Amino acid sequence: MTLSELRKKRGAPERPAEPAADTGHREKHPGPLEYAQIGVVLAIVTAIEVGIYYLDMAHGLLVALLIGLSLLKFSLVVLWFMHLKFDNRVYSSMFLFGVFLAVLIFLVALSTVGGKLV
Amino acid sequence: MEHAAAGSGHLETSTGLDNRKLLMWLFLGSECLFFGSLIAAYLLYRDRSLGPPFPSDRVFNGVHYEGLFDIPFTSVSAFVLLMSSVTMVLALAAIQRGNRRSMQVWLLTTALLGTLFVSGQAYEFTVFHREGLSLGSNLFGTTFFVLTGFHGAHVTIGVLILLSLLAMSFQGRIQQKDSLNVELAGLYWHFVDVVWIVIFTLVYLIQP
Repeated sequence: MTLSELRKKRGAPERPAEPAADTGHREKHPGPLEYAQIGVVLAIVTAIEVGIYYLDMAHGLLVALLIGLSLLKFSLVVLWFMHLKFDNRVYSSMFLFGVFLAVLIFLVALSTVGGKLV
Repeated sequence: MEHAAAGSGHLETSTGLDNRKLLMWLFLGSECLFFGSLIAAYLLYRDRSLGPPFPSDRVFNGVHYEGLFDIPFTSVSAFVLLMSSVTMVLALAAIQRGNRRSMQVWLLTTALLGTLFVSGQAYEFTVFHREGLSLGSNLFGTTFFVLTGFHGAHVTIGVLILLSLLAMSFQGRIQQKDSLNVELAGLYWHFVDVVWIVIFTLVYLIQP
């Protein structure tokens, strides 16, 4: 018995029609050209990361730049390739909650064990 | 499956979302905790080794030790895995447009790039082992091999999933209406890639 049949049986109001087994797309996914463009951006950002590694600069600035570039790559893959930009927000919340807990665990470990990130 | 939703083979859900995709995102959320803990352990302990070898150049007890990391080699590995994410998403775009042949080509390319990455990791592990680094040699060795070893295992599982999808598509079991199967495999693959994006920066590029 499907959920809509169960609702009818219980006399519950009918929900508006929704596509069965919806994959949760809020917006249309990008096309191959856009994916390729993002791939080029990712390759360039990686090259910049490696280039920066060899530059002689202040350690704090180097760390900030590398983490910033890494976050940019992370966001591009998660938002476009994993479609979180276009899909239902339930998926985003599940993933971001995991990321949040991971960061929290790290901060708790850092304060408990003692030590430095970089 | 008498009451299966038309065309999908899966039941309607109370959220209106496909349970398989929901489960995959839940799994990936839990994987964030798994890898987050391993990365945190590495960062906390890498500089507390009581003896060599060390990840980067270091003077220990008055002796200079050369670091183990080979940044140019790892950069190429990172680039290979990053590009495999592009080919994976192109495979998904192809099957969503109903182009099964193109999907097969991109899936195969992704699996090959993944295999290349794992081969590179095996080579790196061998070099490190020859230099005296092992799971039990020091804290750096323990945390490094556990972290990157688990990541490599994930990539290997991903390659097996891709090859399974490829075999299924050759049997005609992956059609346009089954694109969610490719999407789920893609989500796993991209996750493995983003984990490496973080590892590459925090473990390899940023040194204390």
